[in-house]
Amino acid sequence: MTFLPKPKFRHPAIETNELGLTHRDYEGSISTLCAGCGHDSISSAIMHACYELNLPPHRIAKLSGIGCSSKTPTYFLGNAHGFNSVHGRMPSVLTGANVANRELIYLGVSGDGDSASIGFGQFAHSIRRGVNMVYIVANNGVYGLTKGQFSATADKGAKLKKGAVNSDSPIDLVAMALQLGATFVARSFSGDKGQLVPLIKAAIEHRGPAFIDCISPCVAFNNHEGSTKSFDYVREHNEAVNALDFVTERAPITTSYAPGDMQVVRLHDGTFIRLRKVGADYDVHDRIAAMNYISTREASGEVVTGLIYLEDHPEDMHDHLDTVSTPLNRLGDAELVPGQAALDKINAGLR
Amino acid sequence: MSIHSVNDFVVRFANVNGSGSASANQMFGRAVLRMGVPVATRNIFPSNIQGLPTWYEVRVSGEGWLGARGGADLVVAMNPQTWDKDVASIDPGGYLFYDSSRPIPASKFRDDITVIGMPLTEICNREYSDSRQRQLFKNIICVGALTALLDMEPEVVEQLLSEQFAGKDKLIAANHTAFRKGRQWALDHLACPIGLRVQRADGVGDRIYVEGNAAAALGAVYGGATVCAWYPLTPSTSLAEAFTSYCKKLRIEPQTGHKRYAIVQAEDELSSIGMVVGAGWNGARAFTATSGPGISLMQEFLGLAYFAEIPGVIFNVQRGGPSTGMPTRTQQSDVLACAYASHGDTKHVLVFPRDPGEAFEMGAQAFDLADRLQTPVFVMLDLDIGMNHALTAPFKVDGARKLDRGKVMTYDDLESGRDFGRYLDVDGDGIPYRTYPGVHPSRGSYFTRGTTRDAYARYTEEGGPYVENMERLLKKFETAKSCVPAPIVNRAARPTKLGVVHYGSTAAAMEEAAHLLAQTGVDVDVLRVRGFPFCDDIVDFIAAHDRVFVVEQNRDAQLRTLLMVEHGIDPAKLIPVLHYDGSPITARYIVKAIAGAAKPAAERKQKVEAKA
Repeated sequence: MTFLPKPKFRHPAIETNELGLTHRDYEGSISTLCAGCGHDSISSAIMHACYELNLPPHRIAKLSGIGCSSKTPTYFLGNAHGFNSVHGRMPSVLTGANVANRELIYLGVSGDGDSASIGFGQFAHSIRRGVNMVYIVANNGVYGLTKGQFSATADKGAKLKKGAVNSDSPIDLVAMALQLGATFVARSFSGDKGQLVPLIKAAIEHRGPAFIDCISPCVAFNNHEGSTKSFDYVREHNEAVNALDFVTERAPITTSYAPGDMQVVRLHDGTFIRLRKVGADYDVHDRIAAMNYISTREASGEVVTGLIYLEDHPEDMHDHLDTVSTPLNRLGDAELVPGQAALDKINAGLR
Repeated sequence: MSIHSVNDFVVRFANVNGSGSASANQMFGRAVLRMGVPVATRNIFPSNIQGLPTWYEVRVSGEGWLGARGGADLVVAMNPQTWDKDVASIDPGGYLFYDSSRPIPASKFRDDITVIGMPLTEICNREYSDSRQRQLFKNIICVGALTALLDMEPEVVEQLLSEQFAGKDKLIAANHTAFRKGRQWALDHLACPIGLRVQRADGVGDRIYVEGNAAAALGAVYGGATVCAWYPLTPSTSLAEAFTSYCKKLRIEPQTGHKRYAIVQAEDELSSIGMVVGAGWNGARAFTATSGPGISLMQEFLGLAYFAEIPGVIFNVQRGGPSTGMPTRTQQSDVLACAYASHGDTKHVLVFPRDPGEAFEMGAQAFDLADRLQTPVFVMLDLDIGMNHALTAPFKVDGARKLDRGKVMTYDDLESGRDFGRYLDVDGDGIPYRTYPGVHPSRGSYFTRGTTRDAYARYTEEGGPYVENMERLLKKFETAKSCVPAPIVNRAARPTKLGVVHYGSTAAAMEEAAHLLAQTGVDVDVLRVRGFPFCDDIVDFIAAHDRVFVVEQNRDAQLRTLLMVEHGIDPAKLIPVLHYDGSPITARYIVKAIAGAAKPAAERKQKVEAKA
C-alpha cells in the first residue's frame, strides 16, 4: 500500500483553535488499520487532545515500536517528526531523543506485544528513569500484525478466535507502572472518547512519565465472545474511578457537581484537572491505595479505568541528570569543545 | 651467563589481584619514564575482584619499542599460585626476585637464572601492625628494592609518591619511609645493581602516558558528544567512566553549574544503542562504549540506524570470547561483526586507532564522520589499547576546526522553500539532507522508518524505490572511502615485492617487526589500515606487491576476509598472520611468521636466478 494523500479542501467557516489551526492540521495520512480498529479511536483522541491544548504539532515527537499500534503515529500529527523504530524498543529511542532535546513533547505509542512482551524491560526502565513522556499502550491482548497470537496482557482463560485458551498469567501494565514509579498512571478504553481525550490532555501537561493503558479491542482477532479485551466485555466490566475534565487556568471552574464529588488537581504549568469522583473515597494521590484498589477490583472481574495515580510535583530524568536548560542538540562548538588550553593542562597531568 | 642490558629488558610482576599491587607496579613503570626511558606497560588481569592471579609487564625500551616483547628478564614473583609458570617464563640468564619470608624448596628454582630473595612479608610484619598496611607497604618496599637492584634514581619515585598523595602529608611521609626501607634493605643485603639497569636518557620527550579508553573518552568530549548511553562491560567500562570524569571538569555551564552532557547507564546494550539512535535522530552527538557481546546485542538497532541513516558512534573495545575469563584478554575479533552488523544488506564505517593518541583523534573525528555520513561509526579499539597506559604524542586540537554537523536543513532553509526529501540525493554523493524534529511548523517533518519509503520518506512497499534507495546507500558508502582516515604506508629501505597489511593495536609490534626483519634481510613495505570502507590506496598497495601478509589478532583472518570480499582480491596473495591467544601480539611472533614464509621464497628465487 502506498501513501494516500488526503484532499486539501477546506471550508472557510471551519473551526480553528487558538493557534488558528483546524482539526485537519492535526491529522496524518489515512489509516491502513482494519475498519473499526480501536487504535484509530486512540489516534483520534490524540488529535483532539493536541488540538484542544493548542499545541503546535511540530513541537511533538511521536515514537513507536513495531506492531499495529506502532503504525498509528503515521495517522496523526503529520507535521510532527515520527519514528517507527524497533519492536519493543520505542522507550529507549524516546529516552535518547528526550535527552537530546528536552523542549519537545514526547509521545510514545506502543502495544501490548511491544511493551509487555518483547519490550517489557524497556517499558519498565523508561518509567523508572522518569522520562518526561506520554506513553500510551494500545492494549488488545493479541498480536494483530502476525494474525492473532496471545500477548502477555491476555487474561488467563481468555479464548482466541480459533478456540485456544490462554493459560499464562497476564501482565497488568498499570500495576507495573505504579510499582515502577510512573507519576501519572491511567487506564482507559478506546471506545470511551469522553474519558480518553481529557486523560491524554492531562498526560501531555504532566511533566514526568505519564502512562496510559488503553484497552483497544482488535476487531479482527480479539473481539469475540470469550475475549476479555472485546468491546462488549470491557463495556460490561468497566469500573471508572473518576471522570475527567481538563481545563486550563483561563477557563472558569464550574461547580455543576457536588463539592464532595469533585477533586481539582493543579498541574505544574498552571492547568487543572477536574476529577469527578465515581469510586467512593478513591484518592488519586495515594500510590499504595491505588495498587490495592486495582488489584481488589480486578480480582472481582472489573476493569478499573480513569486517572489511577497522579503525583503533583514529579521530577523527571533531566532533573536527575542535572542537564542544562538549553537542549543538548542546540549546544555549539563554543559550549562543547574545550580547546587547546584545557588539553595542555590534561597533557601536563599525564607525564 | 646472566643477562646484561641497559634500558632494554622486560620486568614482569606476578601478583594476586586485589592486593594493591597495581598502583605500586604502575609507579615503577612511571619512574622509568620519568628517567627519560620509554616503557610499554601491560596489565594482564582476571575477571575477578580479589584473589586470582594478575600480571603487570613493564618493557623498558630505550629504543622506544612499545609493543609487547614476550618473555621476561626479571620476574617479581609475588603469587605462589603461579610460581612454577612465572619461574619458567624467565629468559635464560634472567633474574627472579621473590619474597623469601618462607623457605621454598630448591627444586622450585632454576639454575640458569639469578635468584634474589628478600623477606618482604617478614620485614612488613616487623614494621607494621595493621594488616592492610602490611599489604600496601609491602608493594612500596618492593619498589624500593627494585630501584636499588636496577640502579634507578630514588628521587624520581619519591617525587611520584608525593604527587600521588598530594595534600596528604602523613601518607607521603609513610610511603617515603617504606620506599626508603625497601631500597636500603636491598642495598645492604643484595648485590646491587644486577645486570639489568635503567640509565637516565632523553627518549620520552613531551610524550604523555595515558590509557586508550581515557583518550577515546576525551576524544568524545572534543568531538562534541553530549549523550553517552552505556552498559557496563569489560573492557569498555573505563571509557564511559573517563567520559564522566572529563565532562565534570570540562562541560559544566559556568553560570548555573548544570551539565552540558547526559550520561545514562542503560539497562542493557539494546537500550544503550536505542538511546544513541534516539539522540542521534534528534540532533545530539551520542555514543556508546561496549565490547563484542554488546555489539551482538545491538545488531537490530545497528541495521535500523544504517537504513534510517541516523548518526551515532560506537566505541568497541574488543576482547576475547564470550562469557567470563578470556574477556579480560585482548583480541581484534569483531571486525566482521561490526563491518556487516545486522540483518539485510548493511555495511558500516569503521576506524582503527593504533594507540591512545589515535583513540583521541579518531574518537573526536568519528562524530564528524557519523554526522557527515549519517550512519553509525565504529571506533575499533581493543583491550590492549583501551586498558593499558601507553606513551603517545601530547593531545592536540586544531583551534580553527569546527564540528562538522553534516547536511542539516535549518528553519531558514525550509522557509526559503528549498525542496526537502529526507532520502533524496541532491548532491550526487549519496548523502541526503536531514532535519531535526521540531524545526519548522509545516515543512521538514518526516516519518522515520527502515527501508519502506521513497526519497521523500513517504511509505511505499514498491520494489523500485527500495532498490534506488539501496543503490544510493552504496553510493554513500563509496563517498565514505574518502572521509575515513587514510592508510599509512611505511616503505622498506629497498624496493620489495613483500607487503604487510595490519591495523589497530598491532601497529607497535609491527613497526618493531619490520625493523627486525630488515636486519635479517627481509624487506617489507607496511601499510596500516585506518578506516573501512577501504580506499583505493589499499587496493593499489596490495596490487603492487607479490605477496601481502595480513597481520591481525583473531583466528579467522577477518580483515583479510573483508579485503577479499570487498575487492575480490585473490586469497592466495593474502597470507594470514594470526595471533589470538588473548595476549597482545609481539614483534617476535610476527618476525617468526613472516621470515618463515618469506625466506623460502627468497631462496627459491635465488635458485631460479642461479639456474638462469
